[in-house]
Amino acid sequence: MTNPDPDRSLDRIRWRCRRGLLELDLILARFLEGGFERLTPAQQETFSGLLGRADTDLWDLVSGRSHSADQAEEALLDTLRRVGTV
Amino acid sequence: MALPTRKFDAVIVGAGGAGMRASLQLAEAGLKVAVLSKVFPTRSHTVAAQGGIGAALGNMGEDSWLWHMYDTIKGSDYLGDQDAIEFLCRMAPQAVIELEHFGMPFDRNEDGTVYQRPFGGHSQNFGERPVQRSCCAADRTGHAMLHTLYQRNVRANTLFFVEWMALDLIRDASGQVLGVTAMEMETGEVWIFHARATLFATGGAGRIYSASTNAFINTGDGLGMAARAGIPLEDMEFWQFHPTGVAGAGVLITEGVRGEGGYLLNKDGERFMERYAPTMKDLASRDVVSRAMATEIKEGRGAGKEADHILLKLDHLGLDVIEKRLPGIREIAKKFANVDPVKDPIPVVPTCHYQMGGVPTNYHGEVVAPANGNPNTVVPGFYAAGECACASVHGANRLGTNSLTDLLVFGRASGESVIRFLKENPGHKDLPVDAGDYSMQRIARLDGQTGGESVFEVGAEMRRTMQAHCGVFRFPDMLQSGVQKIKAVAERAKRTEIKDKSKTFNTARVEALELDNLIEVAVATLVSADARQESRGAHDRADFAKRDDVNWLKHTLWYRDGSRLDYKPVNLKPMTAQTFEPKVRSY
Repeated sequence: MTNPDPDRSLDRIRWRCRRGLLELDLILARFLEGGFERLTPAQQETFSGLLGRADTDLWDLVSGRSHSADQAEEALLDTLRRVGTV
Repeated sequence: MALPTRKFDAVIVGAGGAGMRASLQLAEAGLKVAVLSKVFPTRSHTVAAQGGIGAALGNMGEDSWLWHMYDTIKGSDYLGDQDAIEFLCRMAPQAVIELEHFGMPFDRNEDGTVYQRPFGGHSQNFGERPVQRSCCAADRTGHAMLHTLYQRNVRANTLFFVEWMALDLIRDASGQVLGVTAMEMETGEVWIFHARATLFATGGAGRIYSASTNAFINTGDGLGMAARAGIPLEDMEFWQFHPTGVAGAGVLITEGVRGEGGYLLNKDGERFMERYAPTMKDLASRDVVSRAMATEIKEGRGAGKEADHILLKLDHLGLDVIEKRLPGIREIAKKFANVDPVKDPIPVVPTCHYQMGGVPTNYHGEVVAPANGNPNTVVPGFYAAGECACASVHGANRLGTNSLTDLLVFGRASGESVIRFLKENPGHKDLPVDAGDYSMQRIARLDGQTGGESVFEVGAEMRRTMQAHCGVFRFPDMLQSGVQKIKAVAERAKRTEIKDKSKTFNTARVEALELDNLIEVAVATLVSADARQESRGAHDRADFAKRDDVNWLKHTLWYRDGSRLDYKPVNLKPMTAQTFEPKVRSY
């Protein structure tokens, strides 16, 4: 079959959404299904940067208990905070 | 087919707390050690541990390793091996102090000593009164431990292979373990990691259940590999369930909610815990509450369209208490249950949390299996530590805080055992000529499969079967039919098919290989649970309501070959202390 994503960037991102915390596994998986492909390349890069954060810090950001000083990150987090899981 | 090969003194599979504590011991001894991990080390599931590390430091009042030992044995419902438990509790204070010296940011007392929290099940003077024994770093103990150990490993030149998945154990004709095969996700290439010693620290397999608090990475890879290589799995019928996981998601709602006055309701709005535990009600121990919930659901009093969950009511506490005393609970309920607990109850179910069984080891972290009439014959070159191993210190039920203690003590001990073994056994033994063939056959089967089964669907059927037939409370008819069902699912798992055959970062292939590991654990669990005709710790049977020490004070060993069971005695003889004789367990 033809592969629309020869360097597998979506697969890499999908795998890096595998976390140590179940809370993040669930939210990030739902986000990937729902809207990741609609993000601009710059937003995709911002998302990839967020995945580099420690699990506990990322969960604080995603659950709204803390905020990022970076505007692009904060805008993307705003979307992540609205991700429904049920 | 000859595979590319790398040589190391030791290879460790898994980079959570146990794997990184072991690798640190080896790297600091100057050995060449490789650590394989599916994800970046600090994203291992150890990060989810909040409770703390149990150790009798005595910083908050008098304490003793012997009291910790008593609590652990009693908690295990007397299935724990008393030599291993003595070792765990005696070594725990040293393990904590070492970690402190590595830079772990523990909470402190005013005098600078490590602060210790109270935690359920831990007592002074053999059950007399509660003791503060849990060493923590706020509610981020696991996170702090992973970061501390990772940084220390980098300093010691541990070689991390990140986004690598181990596939199979390599054993020679004598049974000695000579390394693993592993797949690099980036390239899809399979390599042989030829090692003088191999250590598994792959964590638990809690993803065999639909309702699980475990992260998605917890697929029991070490257990699957060990089982395929002919090593038995010990005590797999024992899984700890947490009473309040969010229905459908698994995310934990802390016991603190009930501590603050929240309570459970069935579909009729009845506060049913009053019937099961008239005194303690909703604050009875985890197994009592979970069993009551499972009974309500089984008897048709579950809430919701499918009558499949229980309601946790806390709106009567009011917004202030919920926001101030239970931080984060409202966000979790809104996100994962779509309810605002200030107005509506949270749907919850007893949820799989921790695997007490695993790859059998002694307290040196050496893997043991029956041979030549000795049930605990060492498998040369093979070690295991942490949740994937069964030493057995948790027996039939783990005491809170002992999981992190286990990682540190047995991570270190297994590292020390490897160092001794390598001194006595210099050089690499030759690999068998067919090393790697088995893994390549498995991958070739997967790639060549046509008209096969969907990995997702087979996985979902496995999780449904485990949840319905082998959950917190076990019924004989359900166990029997469950064994047949899970064996049928295992047959389907032999025919999984992936549509995408490409090599580079093929996550579909990884997930298919993970399912191969999960299914071994699922079959082991159901077959072991069906056979054990008693109730002990986390194994609760409707038809055998009591513990039976005459017939069942023994460890289960499940072999993949023919799904055969064997048993071995519990070691009731501690290293130096006197035996704690089995007694009725009451709190």
